[in-house]
Amino acid sequence: MSGAYLPILLLFGVSVINALGMVVTSHILNPRRDTPQKLMPYESGMIPLGSTKARFSVKFYMVAISFIVFDLETIFLIPWAVQMRDLGWSAFLAMSMFVSVLAIGLVYEWKKGGLEWD
Amino acid sequence: MEPISGIPAFIAMVAKNLGIFTLVILVVAYATYAERRVSAFIQDRRGPNRVGPFGLLQPIADGIKNILKEETLPGTASRFFFVLAPIMVLVPSLVTFAVIPIAAPLPTPWGVVDMIIADVPIGILYVLAFSSLAVYGVVLGGWASNNKYAFLGGLRASAQMVSYEVALGLSLIAVLMMAGNVTLTEVVWQQQQLGMWYAFPLSLAFILFVISAFAETNRLPFDMPEAESELVTGYHTEYSAMKFSAFMISEFGHMVTASALMATLFLGGWDLPGSWDNAFWYDGQLISGFAENGAPIAAQPAVWKTLLTFAGFAAKTGFFLLLYIWIRWTLPRFRYDQVMALGWKVMLPTSLGYVMLVAMTILVLDEVGVQYGFFYGLALTAVSGAATLSFMFFLDRGRTIAGAAAHTSQKIEVKTIPTAVASEDAEPAPAGD
Repeated sequence: MSGAYLPILLLFGVSVINALGMVVTSHILNPRRDTPQKLMPYESGMIPLGSTKARFSVKFYMVAISFIVFDLETIFLIPWAVQMRDLGWSAFLAMSMFVSVLAIGLVYEWKKGGLEWD
Repeated sequence: MEPISGIPAFIAMVAKNLGIFTLVILVVAYATYAERRVSAFIQDRRGPNRVGPFGLLQPIADGIKNILKEETLPGTASRFFFVLAPIMVLVPSLVTFAVIPIAAPLPTPWGVVDMIIADVPIGILYVLAFSSLAVYGVVLGGWASNNKYAFLGGLRASAQMVSYEVALGLSLIAVLMMAGNVTLTEVVWQQQQLGMWYAFPLSLAFILFVISAFAETNRLPFDMPEAESELVTGYHTEYSAMKFSAFMISEFGHMVTASALMATLFLGGWDLPGSWDNAFWYDGQLISGFAENGAPIAAQPAVWKTLLTFAGFAAKTGFFLLLYIWIRWTLPRFRYDQVMALGWKVMLPTSLGYVMLVAMTILVLDEVGVQYGFFYGLALTAVSGAATLSFMFFLDRGRTIAGAAAHTSQKIEVKTIPTAVASEDAEPAPAGD
Protein backbone atom coordinates (compact mmCIF):
# COMPACT_ATOMS: atom_id res chain seq x y z
CA MET A 1 0.00 0.00 0.00
CA SER A 2 2.86 2.37 0.74
CA GLY A 3 3.87 2.02 -2.92
CA ALA A 4 0.90 4.23 -3.77
CA TYR A 5 2.69 7.15 -2.14
CA LEU A 6 5.91 6.79 -4.16
CA PRO A 7 4.64 8.91 -7.09
CA ILE A 8 3.73 11.68 -4.65
CA LEU A 9 7.29 11.66 -3.33
CA LEU A 10 8.55 11.88 -6.90
CA LEU A 11 6.20 14.76 -7.71
CA PHE A 12 7.26 16.49 -4.52
CA GLY A 13 10.91 16.13 -5.57
CA VAL A 14 10.18 17.50 -9.05
CA SER A 15 8.30 20.47 -7.58
CA VAL A 16 11.05 21.29 -5.09
CA ILE A 17 13.72 21.06 -7.79
CA ASN A 18 11.61 23.27 -10.02
CA ALA A 19 11.08 25.88 -7.29
CA LEU A 20 14.74 25.85 -6.24
CA GLY A 21 15.78 25.99 -9.88
CA MET A 22 13.72 29.10 -10.46
CA VAL A 23 15.21 30.91 -7.48
CA VAL A 24 18.82 29.80 -8.10
CA THR A 25 18.79 30.43 -11.88
CA SER A 26 17.50 33.93 -11.48
CA HIS A 27 20.03 34.55 -8.70
CA ILE A 28 22.87 33.55 -11.04
CA LEU A 29 21.59 35.34 -14.13
CA ASN A 30 20.30 38.61 -12.77
CA PRO A 31 22.40 41.71 -12.07
CA ARG A 32 22.78 43.08 -8.54
CA ARG A 33 23.39 46.79 -8.07
CA ASP A 34 22.30 47.63 -4.57
CA THR A 35 21.79 51.22 -3.50
CA PRO A 36 20.53 52.38 -0.09
CA GLN A 37 17.26 53.49 -1.65
CA LYS A 38 16.75 50.11 -3.28
CA LEU A 39 17.32 48.27 -0.02
CA MET A 40 14.73 50.33 1.82
CA PRO A 41 11.37 48.63 2.43
CA TYR A 42 8.81 49.96 -0.01
CA GLU A 43 6.25 52.07 1.78
CA SER A 44 4.92 54.17 -1.07
CA GLY A 45 8.03 56.32 -1.22
CA MET A 46 8.04 57.29 2.46
CA ILE A 47 10.97 56.59 4.73
CA PRO A 48 9.62 53.79 6.95
CA LEU A 49 8.51 54.95 10.39
CA GLY A 50 8.44 52.73 13.44
CA SER A 51 8.83 48.99 13.73
CA THR A 52 7.11 46.46 11.49
CA LYS A 53 6.96 43.92 14.28
CA ALA A 54 4.39 45.98 16.13
CA ARG A 55 1.53 44.30 17.92
CA PHE A 56 -1.45 43.51 15.76
CA SER A 57 -5.14 43.14 16.42
CA VAL A 58 -6.26 40.42 18.82
CA LYS A 59 -9.03 39.48 16.35
CA PHE A 60 -6.58 37.44 14.31
CA TYR A 61 -6.04 35.23 17.36
CA MET A 62 -9.78 34.87 17.79
CA VAL A 63 -10.11 33.71 14.20
CA ALA A 64 -7.26 31.25 14.64
CA ILE A 65 -8.80 29.73 17.77
CA SER A 66 -12.26 29.45 16.17
CA PHE A 67 -10.62 27.86 13.15
CA ILE A 68 -9.00 25.16 15.26
CA VAL A 69 -12.35 24.30 16.88
CA PHE A 70 -14.33 24.09 13.66
CA ASP A 71 -11.60 22.49 11.56
CA LEU A 72 -11.32 19.74 14.16
CA GLU A 73 -15.08 19.36 13.92
CA THR A 74 -14.72 18.83 10.17
CA ILE A 75 -12.04 16.22 10.76
CA PHE A 76 -14.34 14.40 13.20
CA LEU A 77 -17.20 14.54 10.73
CA ILE A 78 -15.23 12.95 7.86
CA PRO A 79 -15.03 9.34 9.22
CA TRP A 80 -18.72 9.42 10.03
CA ALA A 81 -19.61 10.89 6.62
CA VAL A 82 -17.76 8.10 4.82
CA GLN A 83 -19.49 5.36 6.79
CA MET A 84 -22.81 7.15 7.33
CA ARG A 85 -25.04 4.92 5.20
CA ASP A 86 -23.90 1.80 7.04
CA LEU A 87 -24.05 3.30 10.52
CA GLY A 88 -27.65 4.44 10.24
CA TRP A 89 -29.82 6.50 12.58
CA SER A 90 -28.06 5.92 15.90
CA ALA A 91 -24.81 7.38 14.56
CA PHE A 92 -26.79 10.23 13.01
CA LEU A 93 -28.29 11.00 16.42
CA ALA A 94 -24.86 10.95 18.05
CA MET A 95 -23.42 13.27 15.39
CA SER A 96 -26.42 15.58 15.70
CA MET A 97 -25.65 16.00 19.38
CA PHE A 98 -21.99 16.65 18.59
CA VAL A 99 -22.85 19.21 15.92
CA SER A 100 -25.45 20.94 18.07
CA VAL A 101 -22.96 21.34 20.93
CA LEU A 102 -20.61 23.10 18.50
CA ALA A 103 -23.48 25.09 17.03
CA ILE A 104 -24.33 26.34 20.52
CA GLY A 105 -20.66 27.28 20.89
CA LEU A 106 -20.85 29.23 17.64
CA VAL A 107 -24.00 31.04 18.76
CA TYR A 108 -22.33 31.89 22.08
CA GLU A 109 -19.25 33.25 20.34
CA TRP A 110 -21.46 35.23 17.97
CA LYS A 111 -23.54 36.77 20.79
CA LYS A 112 -20.39 37.59 22.79
CA GLY A 113 -19.13 39.54 19.77
CA GLY A 114 -16.27 37.18 18.95
CA LEU A 115 -17.15 37.26 15.27
CA GLU A 116 -17.43 41.05 14.99
CA TRP A 117 -14.63 42.68 13.12
CA ASP A 118 -15.02 46.33 14.07
CA MET B 1 -7.62 -6.28 -18.53
CA GLU B 2 -4.84 -6.39 -15.97
CA PRO B 3 -3.39 -3.37 -14.20
CA ILE B 4 0.11 -2.48 -15.28
CA SER B 5 2.92 -3.85 -13.10
CA GLY B 6 6.69 -4.29 -12.86
CA ILE B 7 9.19 -2.20 -14.85
CA PRO B 8 6.58 -0.80 -17.30
CA ALA B 9 4.57 0.43 -14.31
CA PHE B 10 7.62 2.29 -13.03
CA ILE B 11 8.22 3.87 -16.43
CA ALA B 12 4.53 4.80 -16.65
CA MET B 13 4.71 6.36 -13.20
CA VAL B 14 7.68 8.57 -14.12
CA ALA B 15 6.09 9.48 -17.45
CA LYS B 16 2.77 10.39 -15.82
CA ASN B 17 4.57 12.42 -13.15
CA LEU B 18 6.59 14.49 -15.59
CA GLY B 19 3.75 14.70 -18.10
CA ILE B 20 1.12 15.96 -15.68
CA PHE B 21 3.62 18.30 -14.00
CA THR B 22 4.52 19.85 -17.36
CA LEU B 23 0.86 20.06 -18.25
CA VAL B 24 0.01 21.90 -15.04
CA ILE B 25 2.89 24.36 -15.56
CA LEU B 26 1.77 24.96 -19.15
CA VAL B 27 -1.84 25.49 -18.12
CA VAL B 28 -0.66 27.92 -15.42
CA ALA B 29 1.41 29.85 -17.97
CA TYR B 30 -1.48 30.10 -20.38
CA ALA B 31 -3.92 30.93 -17.61
CA THR B 32 -1.92 34.13 -17.04
CA TYR B 33 -2.18 34.79 -20.77
CA ALA B 34 -5.90 33.97 -20.77
CA GLU B 35 -6.48 36.27 -17.84
CA ARG B 36 -4.89 39.19 -19.67
CA ARG B 37 -6.69 38.45 -22.91
CA VAL B 38 -10.08 37.93 -21.29
CA SER B 39 -9.72 41.04 -19.14
CA ALA B 40 -8.80 42.96 -22.28
CA PHE B 41 -11.85 41.54 -24.03
CA ILE B 42 -14.12 42.50 -21.13
CA GLN B 43 -12.64 46.01 -20.99
CA ASP B 44 -12.84 46.46 -24.76
CA ARG B 45 -9.12 46.62 -25.49
CA ARG B 46 -6.68 44.27 -27.18
CA GLY B 47 -4.41 42.84 -24.50
CA PRO B 48 -1.03 41.23 -25.25
CA ASN B 49 -0.93 40.54 -28.99
CA ARG B 50 2.63 41.34 -30.10
CA VAL B 51 4.76 38.32 -29.06
CA GLY B 52 4.03 35.53 -31.52
CA PRO B 53 0.68 34.88 -33.22
CA PHE B 54 -2.13 36.42 -31.09
CA GLY B 55 0.50 37.06 -28.42
CA LEU B 56 0.67 33.34 -27.67
CA LEU B 57 4.36 33.46 -26.77
CA GLN B 58 3.77 36.18 -24.16
CA PRO B 59 4.05 33.82 -21.12
CA ILE B 60 7.46 32.62 -22.36
CA ALA B 61 8.65 36.19 -22.88
CA ASP B 62 7.45 37.05 -19.38
CA GLY B 63 9.31 34.07 -17.94
CA ILE B 64 12.60 35.01 -19.66
CA LYS B 65 12.20 38.61 -18.56
CA ASN B 66 11.56 37.63 -14.95
CA ILE B 67 14.61 35.37 -14.82
CA LEU B 68 16.90 38.10 -16.14
CA LYS B 69 15.56 41.03 -14.09
CA GLU B 70 17.35 42.39 -11.08
CA GLU B 71 15.97 41.25 -7.76
CA THR B 72 15.83 43.46 -4.74
CA LEU B 73 16.19 42.11 -1.27
CA PRO B 74 15.19 44.63 1.38
CA GLY B 75 18.07 45.38 3.74
CA THR B 76 15.95 44.75 6.81
CA ALA B 77 14.39 41.47 5.60
CA SER B 78 15.23 38.10 7.09
CA ARG B 79 17.23 36.70 4.20
CA PHE B 80 16.67 32.99 4.74
CA PHE B 81 12.91 33.15 5.25
CA PHE B 82 12.57 35.73 2.50
CA VAL B 83 14.01 33.24 0.00
CA LEU B 84 12.24 30.26 1.56
CA ALA B 85 8.73 31.75 1.36
CA PRO B 86 8.21 31.62 -2.44
CA ILE B 87 9.43 28.01 -2.48
CA MET B 88 7.05 27.13 0.34
CA VAL B 89 4.15 28.65 -1.56
CA LEU B 90 5.03 27.15 -4.90
CA VAL B 91 5.56 23.51 -3.91
CA PRO B 92 2.13 22.78 -2.31
CA SER B 93 0.32 24.39 -5.23
CA LEU B 94 2.04 22.03 -7.67
CA VAL B 95 1.90 18.89 -5.53
CA THR B 96 -1.84 18.98 -4.82
CA PHE B 97 -2.71 17.91 -8.34
CA ALA B 98 -1.33 14.40 -7.73
CA VAL B 99 -4.58 12.79 -6.58
CA ILE B 100 -6.93 14.19 -9.24
CA PRO B 101 -7.83 11.69 -12.00
CA ILE B 102 -7.61 13.39 -15.39
CA ALA B 103 -9.03 10.78 -17.79
CA ALA B 104 -10.39 7.25 -18.16
CA PRO B 105 -7.80 4.44 -17.71
CA LEU B 106 -5.52 4.03 -20.74
CA PRO B 107 -4.96 0.54 -22.17
CA THR B 108 -1.37 -0.27 -23.22
CA PRO B 109 0.24 -3.53 -24.37
CA TRP B 110 1.66 -3.92 -20.84
CA GLY B 111 -1.59 -3.38 -18.96
CA VAL B 112 -4.03 -0.63 -18.04
CA VAL B 113 -2.61 2.66 -16.83
CA ASP B 114 -4.67 4.84 -14.49
CA MET B 115 -4.62 8.46 -15.59
CA ILE B 116 -3.80 9.80 -12.14
CA ILE B 117 -0.39 10.39 -10.58
CA ALA B 118 -1.14 8.65 -7.28
CA ASP B 119 -4.42 6.94 -6.43
CA VAL B 120 -3.80 7.15 -2.69
CA PRO B 121 -6.48 5.91 -0.28
CA ILE B 122 -6.59 9.29 1.52
CA GLY B 123 -7.61 11.29 -1.58
CA ILE B 124 -9.46 14.38 -0.45
CA LEU B 125 -7.67 14.51 2.91
CA TYR B 126 -4.40 14.85 0.99
CA VAL B 127 -5.84 17.76 -1.00
CA LEU B 128 -7.06 19.49 2.17
CA ALA B 129 -3.72 18.98 3.91
CA PHE B 130 -1.51 20.22 1.10
CA SER B 131 -3.64 23.11 -0.08
CA SER B 132 -3.67 24.54 3.43
CA LEU B 133 0.13 24.35 3.65
CA ALA B 134 0.35 27.30 1.26
CA VAL B 135 -0.81 29.68 3.98
CA TYR B 136 2.53 29.18 5.78
CA GLY B 137 4.47 30.44 2.80
CA VAL B 138 2.18 33.45 2.45
CA VAL B 139 2.49 34.44 6.11
CA LEU B 140 6.22 33.80 6.08
CA GLY B 141 6.68 35.94 2.98
CA GLY B 142 4.75 38.80 4.56
CA TRP B 143 6.59 38.53 7.82
CA ALA B 144 10.10 38.11 6.40
CA SER B 145 9.79 41.15 4.11
CA ASN B 146 9.81 43.43 7.15
CA ASN B 147 7.40 45.74 5.40
CA LYS B 148 4.17 46.97 6.95
CA TYR B 149 2.07 46.38 3.84
CA ALA B 150 3.46 42.90 3.38
CA PHE B 151 2.96 42.08 7.04
CA LEU B 152 -0.67 43.19 7.02
CA GLY B 153 -1.26 41.34 3.76
CA GLY B 154 0.17 38.15 5.24
CA LEU B 155 -1.98 38.49 8.36
CA ARG B 156 -5.12 39.10 6.35
CA ALA B 157 -4.32 36.17 4.08
CA SER B 158 -3.88 33.79 7.00
CA ALA B 159 -7.12 34.84 8.71
CA GLN B 160 -9.09 34.68 5.48
CA MET B 161 -7.69 31.34 4.35
CA VAL B 162 -8.36 29.62 7.66
CA SER B 163 -11.88 31.11 7.86
CA TYR B 164 -12.93 29.74 4.51
CA GLU B 165 -11.16 26.45 4.99
CA VAL B 166 -13.84 25.53 7.53
CA ALA B 167 -16.66 26.09 5.05
CA LEU B 168 -14.63 24.33 2.34
CA GLY B 169 -14.17 21.25 4.49
CA LEU B 170 -17.79 21.18 5.61
CA SER B 171 -19.15 21.45 2.07
CA LEU B 172 -16.94 18.48 1.17
CA ILE B 173 -18.64 16.37 3.85
CA ALA B 174 -21.82 16.18 1.77
CA VAL B 175 -19.82 14.79 -1.17
CA LEU B 176 -18.16 12.22 1.08
CA MET B 177 -21.57 11.08 2.33
CA MET B 178 -22.72 10.43 -1.21
CA ALA B 179 -19.50 8.81 -2.39
CA GLY B 180 -18.81 6.79 0.74
CA ASN B 181 -15.08 7.13 0.21
CA VAL B 182 -12.41 9.81 0.18
CA THR B 183 -10.54 8.80 -2.98
CA LEU B 184 -11.32 10.96 -5.98
CA THR B 185 -11.50 7.99 -8.36
CA GLU B 186 -14.32 6.64 -6.21
CA VAL B 187 -16.04 10.03 -6.23
CA VAL B 188 -16.00 9.98 -10.04
CA TRP B 189 -17.21 6.36 -10.09
CA GLN B 190 -20.11 7.08 -7.73
CA GLN B 191 -21.20 9.98 -9.92
CA GLN B 192 -21.24 7.59 -12.88
CA GLN B 193 -23.31 5.17 -10.81
CA LEU B 194 -25.74 7.87 -9.73
CA GLY B 195 -26.32 8.87 -13.32
CA MET B 196 -25.93 12.55 -12.55
CA TRP B 197 -23.15 14.88 -11.44
CA TYR B 198 -23.11 15.97 -7.82
CA ALA B 199 -23.62 19.61 -8.80
CA PHE B 200 -27.37 18.86 -8.96
CA PRO B 201 -28.13 16.62 -5.96
CA LEU B 202 -25.69 18.62 -3.81
CA SER B 203 -26.29 22.04 -5.30
CA LEU B 204 -25.84 24.04 -2.10
CA ALA B 205 -22.56 22.25 -1.31
CA PHE B 206 -21.43 23.11 -4.84
CA ILE B 207 -22.20 26.81 -4.36
CA LEU B 208 -20.52 26.91 -0.94
CA PHE B 209 -17.48 25.07 -2.30
CA VAL B 210 -17.09 27.47 -5.22
CA ILE B 211 -17.31 30.51 -2.92
CA SER B 212 -14.81 28.99 -0.49
CA ALA B 213 -12.46 28.04 -3.31
CA PHE B 214 -12.46 31.64 -4.52
CA ALA B 215 -11.63 32.81 -1.01
CA GLU B 216 -8.94 30.15 -0.55
CA THR B 217 -7.13 31.15 -3.72
CA ASN B 218 -7.33 34.85 -2.75
CA ARG B 219 -9.01 35.76 -5.99
CA LEU B 220 -11.43 38.62 -6.42
CA PRO B 221 -13.89 39.37 -4.87
CA PHE B 222 -11.85 37.98 -1.96
CA ASP B 223 -8.44 39.41 -2.78
CA MET B 224 -8.06 41.26 0.52
CA PRO B 225 -4.49 40.00 1.10
CA GLU B 226 -3.30 41.92 -1.94
CA ALA B 227 -5.83 44.73 -2.11
CA GLU B 228 -3.91 47.08 -4.39
CA SER B 229 -5.66 50.22 -3.24
CA GLU B 230 -4.82 49.56 0.41
CA LEU B 231 -1.75 47.36 0.67
CA VAL B 232 0.17 47.93 -2.61
CA THR B 233 0.23 44.20 -3.41
CA GLY B 234 0.08 42.75 0.07
CA TYR B 235 2.34 39.93 1.13
CA HIS B 236 4.51 39.99 -2.00
CA THR B 237 5.12 43.76 -2.06
CA GLU B 238 8.89 43.32 -1.61
CA TYR B 239 9.26 40.45 -4.05
CA SER B 240 10.54 41.07 -7.54
CA ALA B 241 11.72 39.17 -10.61
CA MET B 242 11.56 35.37 -10.33
CA LYS B 243 10.45 35.31 -6.69
CA PHE B 244 7.44 37.41 -7.62
CA SER B 245 6.89 35.01 -10.49
CA ALA B 246 6.90 32.13 -8.02
CA PHE B 247 4.07 33.75 -6.07
CA MET B 248 2.20 34.37 -9.31
CA ILE B 249 2.66 30.78 -10.49
CA SER B 250 1.49 29.45 -7.16
CA GLU B 251 -1.64 31.62 -7.25
CA PHE B 252 -2.52 30.33 -10.68
CA GLY B 253 -1.46 26.81 -9.68
CA HIS B 254 -3.97 26.96 -6.84
CA MET B 255 -6.58 28.19 -9.27
CA VAL B 256 -5.91 25.30 -11.66
CA THR B 257 -6.01 22.76 -8.84
CA ALA B 258 -9.19 24.24 -7.37
CA SER B 259 -10.83 24.25 -10.81
CA ALA B 260 -9.85 20.63 -11.40
CA LEU B 261 -11.13 19.74 -7.95
CA MET B 262 -14.48 21.47 -8.51
CA ALA B 263 -14.78 19.66 -11.84
CA THR B 264 -13.98 16.31 -10.19
CA LEU B 265 -16.16 16.65 -7.11
CA PHE B 266 -19.22 18.27 -8.63
CA LEU B 267 -19.12 17.95 -12.42
CA GLY B 268 -18.19 14.30 -12.65
CA GLY B 269 -14.45 14.68 -13.26
CA TRP B 270 -13.52 13.08 -16.56
CA ASP B 271 -16.95 11.44 -16.84
CA LEU B 272 -18.95 12.34 -19.92
CA PRO B 273 -22.73 11.84 -20.22
CA GLY B 274 -23.69 8.24 -20.92
CA SER B 275 -22.26 5.08 -19.40
CA TRP B 276 -19.93 4.16 -22.29
CA ASP B 277 -16.87 5.53 -20.50
CA ASN B 278 -17.48 4.08 -17.01
CA ALA B 279 -14.40 2.39 -15.58
CA PHE B 280 -13.43 1.52 -12.03
CA TRP B 281 -11.10 -0.95 -10.30
CA TYR B 282 -13.17 -3.48 -8.40
CA ASP B 283 -11.53 -6.58 -6.92
CA GLY B 284 -8.54 -6.17 -9.23
CA GLN B 285 -10.76 -5.95 -12.30
CA LEU B 286 -11.65 -2.95 -14.42
CA ILE B 287 -15.43 -2.89 -14.47
CA SER B 288 -17.99 -0.60 -16.05
CA GLY B 289 -20.93 -1.48 -13.80
CA PHE B 290 -22.94 -4.30 -12.30
CA ALA B 291 -25.45 -6.60 -14.00
CA GLU B 292 -28.92 -7.23 -12.53
CA ASN B 293 -27.66 -10.19 -10.49
CA GLY B 294 -24.78 -8.16 -9.06
CA ALA B 295 -22.08 -9.62 -11.28
CA PRO B 296 -19.49 -7.06 -12.42
CA ILE B 297 -19.38 -6.18 -16.11
CA ALA B 298 -15.87 -5.80 -17.53
CA ALA B 299 -15.02 -2.38 -18.92
CA GLN B 300 -13.59 -1.91 -22.40
CA PRO B 301 -10.89 0.73 -22.07
CA ALA B 302 -9.77 2.32 -25.32
CA VAL B 303 -7.33 5.01 -26.34
CA TRP B 304 -10.06 7.14 -27.91
CA LYS B 305 -12.12 6.92 -24.72
CA THR B 306 -9.13 8.16 -22.72
CA LEU B 307 -8.54 11.04 -25.11
CA LEU B 308 -12.22 12.01 -25.22
CA THR B 309 -12.65 11.90 -21.44
CA PHE B 310 -9.46 13.92 -21.06
CA ALA B 311 -10.93 16.54 -23.38
CA GLY B 312 -14.07 16.55 -21.23
CA PHE B 313 -12.03 17.03 -18.08
CA ALA B 314 -10.02 19.83 -19.70
CA ALA B 315 -13.23 21.56 -20.79
CA LYS B 316 -14.71 21.42 -17.28
CA THR B 317 -11.49 22.68 -15.69
CA GLY B 318 -11.24 25.40 -18.32
CA PHE B 319 -14.79 26.46 -17.56
CA PHE B 320 -13.95 27.05 -13.91
CA LEU B 321 -10.74 28.88 -14.83
CA LEU B 322 -12.74 31.14 -17.11
CA LEU B 323 -15.26 31.64 -14.29
CA TYR B 324 -12.41 32.79 -12.02
CA ILE B 325 -11.29 35.36 -14.57
CA TRP B 326 -14.80 36.43 -15.48
CA ILE B 327 -15.80 37.05 -11.85
CA ARG B 328 -12.59 38.98 -11.26
CA TRP B 329 -13.67 41.57 -13.82
CA THR B 330 -17.33 41.54 -12.80
CA LEU B 331 -17.53 41.98 -9.04
CA PRO B 332 -16.05 44.67 -6.82
CA ARG B 333 -13.84 43.76 -3.88
CA PHE B 334 -15.35 43.08 -0.44
CA ARG B 335 -14.43 45.00 2.66
CA TYR B 336 -12.42 42.91 5.10
CA ASP B 337 -15.11 42.79 7.78
CA GLN B 338 -17.60 41.68 5.12
CA VAL B 339 -15.26 38.84 4.13
CA MET B 340 -14.99 37.62 7.70
CA ALA B 341 -18.73 38.05 8.35
CA LEU B 342 -19.57 36.03 5.24
CA GLY B 343 -17.17 33.28 6.26
CA TRP B 344 -18.21 32.88 9.88
CA LYS B 345 -21.80 34.08 10.01
CA VAL B 346 -23.14 32.78 6.70
CA MET B 347 -20.96 30.05 5.21
CA LEU B 348 -20.23 28.14 8.42
CA PRO B 349 -23.80 27.83 9.81
CA THR B 350 -25.20 27.14 6.33
CA SER B 351 -22.73 24.38 5.57
CA LEU B 352 -23.23 22.81 9.02
CA GLY B 353 -27.00 22.81 8.60
CA TYR B 354 -26.74 21.54 5.05
CA VAL B 355 -24.55 18.60 6.09
CA MET B 356 -27.19 17.52 8.59
CA LEU B 357 -29.97 18.02 6.01
CA VAL B 358 -28.18 15.86 3.43
CA ALA B 359 -27.44 13.19 6.02
CA MET B 360 -31.08 13.07 7.02
CA THR B 361 -32.29 12.92 3.42
CA ILE B 362 -29.88 10.10 2.55
CA LEU B 363 -30.92 8.09 5.60
CA VAL B 364 -34.62 8.61 4.86
CA LEU B 365 -34.09 7.56 1.22
CA ASP B 366 -32.26 4.43 2.38
CA GLU B 367 -35.04 3.73 4.85
CA VAL B 368 -37.72 4.06 2.18
CA GLY B 369 -35.67 1.70 0.00
CA VAL B 370 -34.83 3.86 -3.01
CA GLN B 371 -31.98 2.35 -5.03
CA TYR B 372 -28.81 4.43 -5.44
CA GLY B 373 -29.44 5.70 -8.94
CA PHE B 374 -31.16 8.36 -10.96
CA PHE B 375 -34.31 8.70 -8.79
CA TYR B 376 -32.17 8.82 -5.66
CA GLY B 377 -30.40 11.75 -7.28
CA LEU B 378 -33.67 13.41 -8.27
CA ALA B 379 -35.03 13.26 -4.71
CA LEU B 380 -31.82 14.80 -3.37
CA THR B 381 -31.90 17.42 -6.13
CA ALA B 382 -35.36 18.49 -4.98
CA VAL B 383 -34.30 18.78 -1.32
CA SER B 384 -31.05 20.57 -2.19
CA GLY B 385 -32.82 22.84 -4.63
CA ALA B 386 -35.20 23.96 -1.90
CA ALA B 387 -32.26 24.54 0.45
CA THR B 388 -30.38 26.49 -2.22
CA LEU B 389 -33.38 28.67 -3.03
CA SER B 390 -34.00 29.54 0.61
CA PHE B 391 -30.27 30.24 1.06
CA MET B 392 -30.31 32.59 -1.92
CA PHE B 393 -33.51 34.23 -0.71
CA PHE B 394 -32.02 34.76 2.74
CA LEU B 395 -28.76 36.16 1.36
CA ASP B 396 -30.54 38.42 -1.08
CA ARG B 397 -33.36 39.75 1.17
CA GLY B 398 -34.58 41.97 -1.62
CA ARG B 399 -31.30 43.83 -1.89
CA THR B 400 -29.23 42.46 -4.73
CA ILE B 401 -31.14 40.47 -7.31
CA ALA B 402 -34.61 41.78 -6.48
CA GLY B 403 -33.13 45.23 -5.89
CA ALA B 404 -31.50 45.29 -9.30
CA ALA B 405 -34.72 44.13 -10.92
CA ALA B 406 -36.66 46.88 -9.15
CA HIS B 407 -34.04 49.43 -10.18
CA THR B 408 -34.35 48.68 -13.89
CA SER B 409 -38.15 48.90 -13.78
CA GLN B 410 -38.05 52.27 -12.05
CA LYS B 411 -38.77 55.34 -14.11
CA ILE B 412 -35.68 57.45 -14.41
CA GLU B 413 -36.39 60.91 -13.10
CA VAL B 414 -34.73 63.46 -15.32
CA LYS B 415 -33.78 66.57 -13.45
CA THR B 416 -33.88 69.72 -15.53
CA ILE B 417 -32.94 73.29 -14.76
CA PRO B 418 -36.13 75.30 -14.30
CA THR B 419 -36.21 77.06 -17.64
CA ALA B 420 -38.61 79.83 -16.63
CA VAL B 421 -36.16 81.22 -14.03
CA ALA B 422 -33.22 80.85 -16.38
CA SER B 423 -34.87 82.80 -19.17
CA GLU B 424 -35.84 85.65 -16.84
CA ASP B 425 -32.31 86.22 -15.60
CA ALA B 426 -30.46 85.74 -18.84
CA GLU B 427 -30.14 88.84 -20.96
CA PRO B 428 -30.90 88.07 -24.57
CA ALA B 429 -27.73 88.44 -26.61
CA PRO B 430 -27.82 91.44 -28.89
CA ALA B 431 -28.51 90.36 -32.40
CA GLY B 432 -26.08 90.98 -35.17
CA ASP B 433 -22.97 91.04 -32.94
